[in-house]
Amino acid sequence: MTLALIVILPLIGSLLPLLFNKHGRSLCASMTMLAPVLGMILLWQQASAVFAGETIVQTWRWLDVLGLHISFRLDGLSFLFALMILGIGLLVILYARYYLAKKDPMGRFFAYLLLFMSAMLGVVLSENLLLMMFFWEMTSLSSFLLIGYWSHSTDARKGARMALAVTGAGGLALLAGVLLIGQVVGSYQLTDVFASGDLLRDHALYPVILVLVLLGVFTKSAQFPFHFWLPHAMAAPTPVSAYLHSATMVKAGVFLLARLYPALSDTDLWFYLVSSAGMATLLVGACTALFQHDLKGLLAYSTISHLGLITLLFGLDSRLAAVAGVFHIINHATFKASLFMAAGIIDHETGTRDMRRINGLLRFMPHTATLAMVAASAMAGVPLLNGFLSKEMFFSETLDTHMLGSFSWLIPLGATLGGVFSVAYSLRFIHDVFFNGKPVNLPKYPPHEPPRYMKVPVEILVAMCLLVGLAPGLTVAGLLSVAAQATVGGELPEYSLAIWHGFNLPLLMSFVALVVGVLVYAARAPLFAWYARQRELDAKLVFERMVQAAVRGAGQFTLLLENGSLQRYLACLLGAALIVSGYWLFRLPSLQGNVAMTPIDGTSLAVALIMSVAALCTVFWHRKRLVSLTMLSVVGLGVVLAFARFAAPDLALTQISVEVVTIVLLMLALFFLPARSPRESSPLRRGRDVLLALMCGGLVAALAFAVMTRPYDSIASFFLQNSLTGGGGTNVVNVILVDFRGFDTMGEITVLAIAAIGIYALIDGLRLRLPGGDSLGKPWATRGEQLMLVNLSRVLLPLALLISVFIFLRGHNLPGGGFIAGLITAVALILQYVASGEEWTSERWPVNYHYLAAAGVLIAAATGFGSLFFGYPFLTSAFDHFHIPLIGDIELATAMLFDLGVYLTVVGATLLILANLGKLSQMPLRRGDF
Amino acid sequence: MELMYALLIGLLTSCGVFLMLRARTFPVVIGLTLLSYAVNLFLFAMGRIGEAVPAVLGERVDYADPLPQALVLTAIVIGFAMTAFALVLSLRAQGELDSDHVDGKGDR
Repeated sequence: MTLALIVILPLIGSLLPLLFNKHGRSLCASMTMLAPVLGMILLWQQASAVFAGETIVQTWRWLDVLGLHISFRLDGLSFLFALMILGIGLLVILYARYYLAKKDPMGRFFAYLLLFMSAMLGVVLSENLLLMMFFWEMTSLSSFLLIGYWSHSTDARKGARMALAVTGAGGLALLAGVLLIGQVVGSYQLTDVFASGDLLRDHALYPVILVLVLLGVFTKSAQFPFHFWLPHAMAAPTPVSAYLHSATMVKAGVFLLARLYPALSDTDLWFYLVSSAGMATLLVGACTALFQHDLKGLLAYSTISHLGLITLLFGLDSRLAAVAGVFHIINHATFKASLFMAAGIIDHETGTRDMRRINGLLRFMPHTATLAMVAASAMAGVPLLNGFLSKEMFFSETLDTHMLGSFSWLIPLGATLGGVFSVAYSLRFIHDVFFNGKPVNLPKYPPHEPPRYMKVPVEILVAMCLLVGLAPGLTVAGLLSVAAQATVGGELPEYSLAIWHGFNLPLLMSFVALVVGVLVYAARAPLFAWYARQRELDAKLVFERMVQAAVRGAGQFTLLLENGSLQRYLACLLGAALIVSGYWLFRLPSLQGNVAMTPIDGTSLAVALIMSVAALCTVFWHRKRLVSLTMLSVVGLGVVLAFARFAAPDLALTQISVEVVTIVLLMLALFFLPARSPRESSPLRRGRDVLLALMCGGLVAALAFAVMTRPYDSIASFFLQNSLTGGGGTNVVNVILVDFRGFDTMGEITVLAIAAIGIYALIDGLRLRLPGGDSLGKPWATRGEQLMLVNLSRVLLPLALLISVFIFLRGHNLPGGGFIAGLITAVALILQYVASGEEWTSERWPVNYHYLAAAGVLIAAATGFGSLFFGYPFLTSAFDHFHIPLIGDIELATAMLFDLGVYLTVVGATLLILANLGKLSQMPLRRGDF
Repeated sequence: MELMYALLIGLLTSCGVFLMLRARTFPVVIGLTLLSYAVNLFLFAMGRIGEAVPAVLGERVDYADPLPQALVLTAIVIGFAMTAFALVLSLRAQGELDSDHVDGKGDR
């Protein structure tokens, strides 16, 4: 619970600064500190166990199928990182309290910061790799918000977008790598992954896994060639840079390198990939840093170079190098965070970060200058400071590497070169800013010391640089040893943190770096001139161009597929369906199966011919809409006959009543629509459509023919055998509907009711232009009661209702049932609307069809739930025979109640649709211009 | 018989598809109706269309397959709801855009 709490506390705490935003800056900052302070206390409670070498794992099993568990792990390495994240986080919060301007929304800033802190803690404390991925993505997202905090600035927005794109893409690669690890190992828990190191390394997929994981690491930790996003992320407020770009976000990459070290390292591939990327980054970063005129730009490239150094250390083939890597992570975090803070102070007080204008600040802010100079010396690797210790270890490790055979000397040479530049740019930071004459044209003059408490975080960090540098054994040794032990996952080799190791080669390298570095800085003028002559490759421009090209390409592709024409979409869809199903049909050896065809009788042939002609006429006269509609109804009646001919009386009854309702509906709609369609398709377009239509028809015909002439094995016998005994009815179709597959029917009537309500919503508030006359200009008869129709319809109503009751009751045993009875009732009622008008009917039949449809669905559902009370599954039906005097023996089944629900839904839905549409035409006539 | 039946389904499908590709809403709805006839007949035919008696239990044994019939029965009713929905949608489009073009393009 403790570990989860450490991660979640900042997440919950991120609400506090938002709440206290209006209550003063100090209170807001104090409330922000609450969560990290609590987290720190919780972490310290675990310290003794961690220093005793224990690994604390807390797991809540969650999704066993996916291997995803809420699982946290605290060992030396994660302890070290959690400590840095919380500790430096607290200092950054204090610093930001003074850094942010009055107009900056402070609550939002701190909320983002805590969000990020939570994500980062999640990354380092996760035991489950999938869980870690989740937090990993969360760091990318929250850092996007932080970098883009000053959203009014284009640079900030673009920088944030670039950081998100690069680290997000890397995150995707990492996710793939993690999933592969899970596939190979069979678990995402780190404990299992560590135990399967050999399995992973020997697996055929190892190179793929390694490359994917390293892509994630290199993008996150700004390794060459993905380093370009980091300098642009400097558009963030400086506290963000101090936090994200020194101690946390960019360290997530090297953290992962350290975390997976036991599982993935110790192969040639690891060595070549990791160390070459590290070396390239070290040199490119160090070299470029010297030429930056922007204070934060210098620090950004220096960070890149130091990250390269750490990566290189993890890439070397010795465990001692890994120890040095962990050590340098600690040291770099302390001196770089303090340097960023100092840079922020200078920016804050002078109004610029351009080192060509900031000179001689020692006179104006001696206190800050001293702190910054100590931190910069640590960065340069000056003895008696922490940077010196890890750099010595680094040099001596490069000397011990033999992987490159006779070219192994290249590595220490490169390391020394990196050291040279590192000394040079550190010296530039010190000399150019604090000495070197007078300030030039500062926006704020004269600069002075910042508020007292703004310097406190810097002082603490610089003090740590000094303490570690002077007495490593007393300060950092314990932490380093447990962290390094957790990293290498086994016994640590012998190492010593002493300041003085005697005269040896590493010391000579340090000395050379120092001397040559000073010389390089002294010769800076011609070097700067040379650099200025180089054509600068602006990473942001290139990146933006690539982004814009991608957006343009995507836009064009979308436009190609999606030009706004529904006709084209439909044509594409049909074409695709044709290809997919046509492919399989063509693989059939022969279209006709081995079942003999039944002979054709004359009546069937005649009906088929009538239907064909009617269908063709529907198409031929499709511009004359009323004619087309009439032809359509002929086809519909033909379908009724077809169902009747092939032993499906229920279907025939349903189809004929639906047919009536549909045609009435279409007629009603036609009243509001133009009576004719204009001719507008080009001949080519019509040709395409005819071709497509013929192909679709041919495909369906071939498919139907192929199926019908092949033998089949149906589950029909089950229904036929159990219908009477299990469902208590002889009409098997109806028993299937209300009993065997009652759940389906229930879904279907629900859909029906939803469709009706949807239609009601569409009609509601609809304003249509009512045509005053037909297309020839003859006015519609506004009042014309059809005497015959009215009288006939009123006589018909009770008869029709009686028939529908009859059909309903007999449905279980003979053709009929709720669907058909409902449709017959609906037709009978619609006739009243048609004959006597909406007003007349609703006066005498004041029924709310919404309730009717809803009641139907509810009755059906209640019947289903009823069976639960008797201990049977949902929708089990029961039936029995009763003897009623005069009528005789009848059978009652609960399925009938269900059918009643179906009946009510059908009546309600159908009338809801038609009556509302009919009501539209009763609106006061607005003469249109048809 | 099977061949004739299949050809009829094919013809109805062709007519339906052609009308659905038209640019005005009313022919599209008509096409949709035609297509649902074809689909219902197709589904129905999956239970075969030979000589059989309705699946109402009696003395005979050669019953038609009741399962596709039950499926088609609900399909007919749902098909009606769908046609109605498409139709009212086109009315709404006519009301809002004063055009019955499927892409909502104005006539004049």
